[in-house]
Formats: sequence, C-alpha cells, structure tokens
Amino acid sequence: MDVVLKNIVKTYNKGKVKAVSDVSFSVEKGELFGLIGPDGAGKTTIFRILATLLLPDEGTASVNGHDAVNDYKEIRKRIGYMPGKFSLYQDLSVEENLNFFATLFNTSIEENYELIRDIYTQIEPFKTRRAGKLSGGMKQKLALCCALIRSPSLLLLDEPTTGVDTVSRKEFWEMLKGLKEQHITILVSTPYMDEATLCDRIALIQDGEILSINSPRKIINQFPDQLYAVKSQKMSRLLADLRQSSTISSCNSFGEYHHITLHQGNTFEMQKKLINEMEHLGHTQIEIKSIAPTIEDCFIKLMS
Amino acid sequence: MRTLRFLLQKEFRQIFRNSNILRMIIAMPIIQLLVMPLAADYEIKNIRISLVDHDRSPNSQKLKNKIIASGYFELNDFNVSFDESYEQFQRNNSDLIMEIPKDFEKSLVVDKQANLFIAVNAINGTNATVGSAYLNRIIGSFNRDIRLDWITSNNSVNTATIEVSSLNWFNPFLNYPSFMVPGILVILVTMVGAYMCALNIVKEKEVGTIEQINVTPVKKHHFILGKLIPFWAIGIFVFTLGLFGVAWLVYGIVPLGSLLTLYVFLAIYLIALLGIGLIISTYSNTQQQAMSLAFFCMMVFLLMSGLFTPVDSMPEWAKWIAIANPVTYFIDVVRLVVLKGSGFAALKTQFLIISLMAVFFNTWAVLNYKKTM
Repeated sequence: MDVVLKNIVKTYNKGKVKAVSDVSFSVEKGELFGLIGPDGAGKTTIFRILATLLLPDEGTASVNGHDAVNDYKEIRKRIGYMPGKFSLYQDLSVEENLNFFATLFNTSIEENYELIRDIYTQIEPFKTRRAGKLSGGMKQKLALCCALIRSPSLLLLDEPTTGVDTVSRKEFWEMLKGLKEQHITILVSTPYMDEATLCDRIALIQDGEILSINSPRKIINQFPDQLYAVKSQKMSRLLADLRQSSTISSCNSFGEYHHITLHQGNTFEMQKKLINEMEHLGHTQIEIKSIAPTIEDCFIKLMS
Repeated sequence: MRTLRFLLQKEFRQIFRNSNILRMIIAMPIIQLLVMPLAADYEIKNIRISLVDHDRSPNSQKLKNKIIASGYFELNDFNVSFDESYEQFQRNNSDLIMEIPKDFEKSLVVDKQANLFIAVNAINGTNATVGSAYLNRIIGSFNRDIRLDWITSNNSVNTATIEVSSLNWFNPFLNYPSFMVPGILVILVTMVGAYMCALNIVKEKEVGTIEQINVTPVKKHHFILGKLIPFWAIGIFVFTLGLFGVAWLVYGIVPLGSLLTLYVFLAIYLIALLGIGLIISTYSNTQQQAMSLAFFCMMVFLLMSGLFTPVDSMPEWAKWIAIANPVTYFIDVVRLVVLKGSGFAALKTQFLIISLMAVFFNTWAVLNYKKTM
C-alpha cells in the first residue's frame, strides 16, 4: 500500500465547518486512483493532508509507510504535488521553473529527463517563455513536469483538468496513462464524472464522506436498476411531468436525455404506461430506450 | 548551502525582472531626498502680520520698523481699527495682529509702562507659536533698547543686563537639509526594506508558490534566509545611493564619523527591520492585508521616531512607543555619526538595543511562520 488514510477528520473555523469526516481509503503501488466528487466535497483537504500541508484533526494518513504528521520530512522527499491552482513562479520562464524545482530536490533536468520527456517535448518550444504567459493547458503540463522532475513515488494531482479545454484534458489523461507505466502511484481528483472511467479505482466523495470505493466498472455494475433514457420535444416540461408520474422511481436531466429508473414490475408494461401517460399530457415524439448507467448515474443514485 | 544559493538566485532573478521594483529602489531614494528636505523646511518665514496703530508716535513707528526689518514678518496690512484687521484674519490673509494702543508712547514715558495687544491665528499651530515667539522676542529687544537709551541719557550708571548669545554646535548654520537628509534616508531604507520584504513573501502565499516550496525538503531557515538576504542587500544599496549619490553630491553632507560604524549599524538595523516585514507577512494572507498592516506600522514608526518632533518633548506614554521603535535609534545614530562624528564608543546603547530588537523580531517571526499552514 502506498497511501493509507484511516478515519481522517478535518474541520475548519474551529470545528464549525466540517471538510472531511471519517474518510478511510488506501491506494496501491502503481495505481491510478481517482477522487471523484463535486466542488466542496473535501477533495482538496485530503490532498493537502497527504501533502503534509494540513494537519488532520483525527485519524492517520501515511505515504509509503511514513506518517503524514510525524514523518512529514520523509514524505516531502517522495511526493510530487500539483495543487488545483496554478502555483509556479509566473515571472520565471518554463525552463527556470523546472530547473528551480529540480535543484530543490538535489537533482537536475538531465538526470530525470526520461520521466518528463513525453510531456516536456510538448512545451519545450516555449521554454524561454514566462510561465505566466502560457495557455491553461500548457501551464498544467509545466506543473506536471515540475511535480515529476523530482522523480516522486507518489503524484498528487488536485483537479489537474479543471478549466482546461477538452482536447488538453484528453491529452492530460493520456500522459497519466504513460506515467502509470513507469510505476508511479497517482492520486488524482476531478469533478468530471466522465474522467472517472480512466482511473483504476475511484472513490466517490460527497460532503466530506466517501460514498463508494471500487473500480469504475464495478461501481457501474452495482447500479441496481435498469436505466432508461427518455426524450421528447419539450424537455423541461417533460422532466417535471416525469417526476409527477407514478411509474417513475427516479428521474434526472442528463443533457440530451432524461435518465429514469422505473418502479418494480413488468418493464414492458411500465414503459407502455409511461408513454401513454406522457402522450396524454401533450408530449410528442417521445423516445425511450434502455441504456447502461454511467458513473454520474451511480453518483446521483448514491447521493440520494 | 546549495539550496540557499538556488533560492537566492531565483529571488534576485525575480527582482531584476520586475521593472517596478528596480524603479523603486533607484528612483525613489533620489527623488525623495531631492524633494523632501527642500520643501519640508521648519524655519518659519513670511509670517503675515496685521498692524493696528492707534498711537502713531515715533516709538510705535520704531517698533513697527523693527518688526518688519527682522525678516520674519511680512506686513499684510496697516489699519486704524482692530475690526478691519480681524477681517483679514477671517479671510485667512494674516497670521498675527498687533494692536498698539492709543497713548502708547505717552504711557511708556510717563508711567514707564505700556501695553500691547497681540492676537494669533492658531489655525496653523506652528505658525502661531513660532510667530508669537518671534514677535515677543522682538518686542523684548525693543523694550531693552529704549530702557538703555533712557538710562544712558539720564544718568551714566551702568545697568546690569544679561545678554544671551547662543552657538549651534554640529550644525552651525542650522542648515535644515543636513539635519533632515539623514533622517529621510532612514525612512527610505525603512520603507523599502519592510514593505518589499513583507509583500514579497505574501505574494508567494497569494499565488500559492509557497505551498510548492513547502512540499519540498527546503528547510524553514533556508527559505527565510533566501527572502531576507536579497532585501538586506537592497536596503544597503538604497542607503549607499542616498548617502553618496544625493546627500554628498547634492547637499554636500559628508559623514563626520566613521562609515564603518554607520554601515555596521545599518546592517543590524536592516535585520531587525526585515524581521518586522517577516512578522507582517506571517499575519497576512493577501498583499492588500500586508500593505495595510505595513502602512500602519510605518506611520507609527515614522511619526514616533523623533524625525519630525523631538522624542524628549513627547508625553510620557508616547516616549515609550518611541523607545520601542527601531527607527528612533537609527535616526539617532545616523544624525550622531553624520553630523557629530560620534564613534562606536558613544553609540554602544543604540547598538545593544538594535541588536536585541533584531533578535526579538526575527525570533517572533520565525516562531510564527509555520511551515504547515
């Protein structure tokens, strides 16, 4: 086990605001572990505790067997932490930033070039540019390089893809896959549910509590009901009407479709009944189809 | 040591890349030292006076001439009634009214005693006190003159008069810049040092780079030294620029005492000062907070330092603030060394106190600077 958290509790403002309550999970060596949850779920607090920047109120956290409170110095030698907010020196160039963080760990760019090569080659054409003048995606790549150049055994990436465009996000996850092959343990957090399936295992977190920990596939398989996608001409009215319907057990808006689950019973009969009901209420071009649930469906189910 | 070298390299790189900071360290001392001592002059001249002469006698004429000839006063108006002069007061055209009563000369000769009336416009407090003091002295001297006149003309008995003549040591001509420039130099070093140090660290907090440093094995004292040394060097540079570039070249002020004493004191003073900057940075999370806090401290430090008003004339409680104020000691030492030529032996107390302050402020700052925030 590379990372172990046991019953971590952290409150702010002298106990008034509960950020994390009784969180326990562990990450195996070489694993790509995702913390999935909305803003304010407590993801950053967990990262900061692991990065030894915050002391937990209760519970223990350890990295590579070193306690986050007592052995923080050992942990700091082994982790690469990339905070959610870009926090490199904006007035230093790409190369200077990288060099600076390498030297603080008594190493050099040349020594660990292999680790960052795939990522660094993408920003190398801009190496004399000041970090503050880079685009969002490039800033993230530089931050990842700076976290990697120290050759860490654990990478802590706090929302690395927030505020980054879709293409860069995809590229970023490709890079993480590449790093996994180098046996670096990665703990990553994201508010985007679609990124969850790219992790080996995920923890769904909400209001400082962990809802479920498993591989994305298993979490999806645990979804208890058959899920349907429904569509009609007037989507917002449909949502309200569906929620009124006696046949429906849950109904949520998911972009183009509304995702629903039905009450127990003959599914074919129920569908028919539902369509009739909706047509009666004036909906036209009603479309209903059974679909496989996504992580987001699971998350909403677990939340309720 | 290797880590510290890289931290310093990074810090200097950032400073020299920031054109605003460069402008501040070079232009600010020169401009302030050129402008402030010339404008902020204590010597009060051109006090506007309104005269009301009801007597119109040779003696009242003599008194009037004596006042105008002193060079401190400027005759604003010459009236026959007090009301008219008071009108000038109301319009803020004059600072002083002197009313010479009717029969001034007569009572002076007959009763050997005469009264004068002086009204002072106290809106500008300094003008009022200084102006009336000048006027009293002139009247006193006028009084002596006529008494001597009569005594010598009536009988030739010598009367004992006490003549006070004073000599201004260390600044014989009461040259205002030579008194003020060293003080302003201290202010400059203080502002540049404390502000820049505090703001720099808080900026790292605000941008989040301090967290990146915190998760590295960089030691607390390396980080702090990496911040203090550059600003210590900048403080010494600013002082040197002000002392040689402006005070010596422009005002011709050459330190009488040893430069070594001055610079050793400066070095210790800067350590104390940067400690204060560090304390400010540990108590603030944004540059705005740091700026307000630093501004507050600077105002207190500067006004309670004896630069503008002597510490000795402050009330008892204010003296204690001045005693706890590092700026007080530096202004004291700079003036003593530059104007009087005092050596280390005469400044032992100041050296001891500033050293204690350096230790105290920095200990406080380091204790308050927590690596796990």
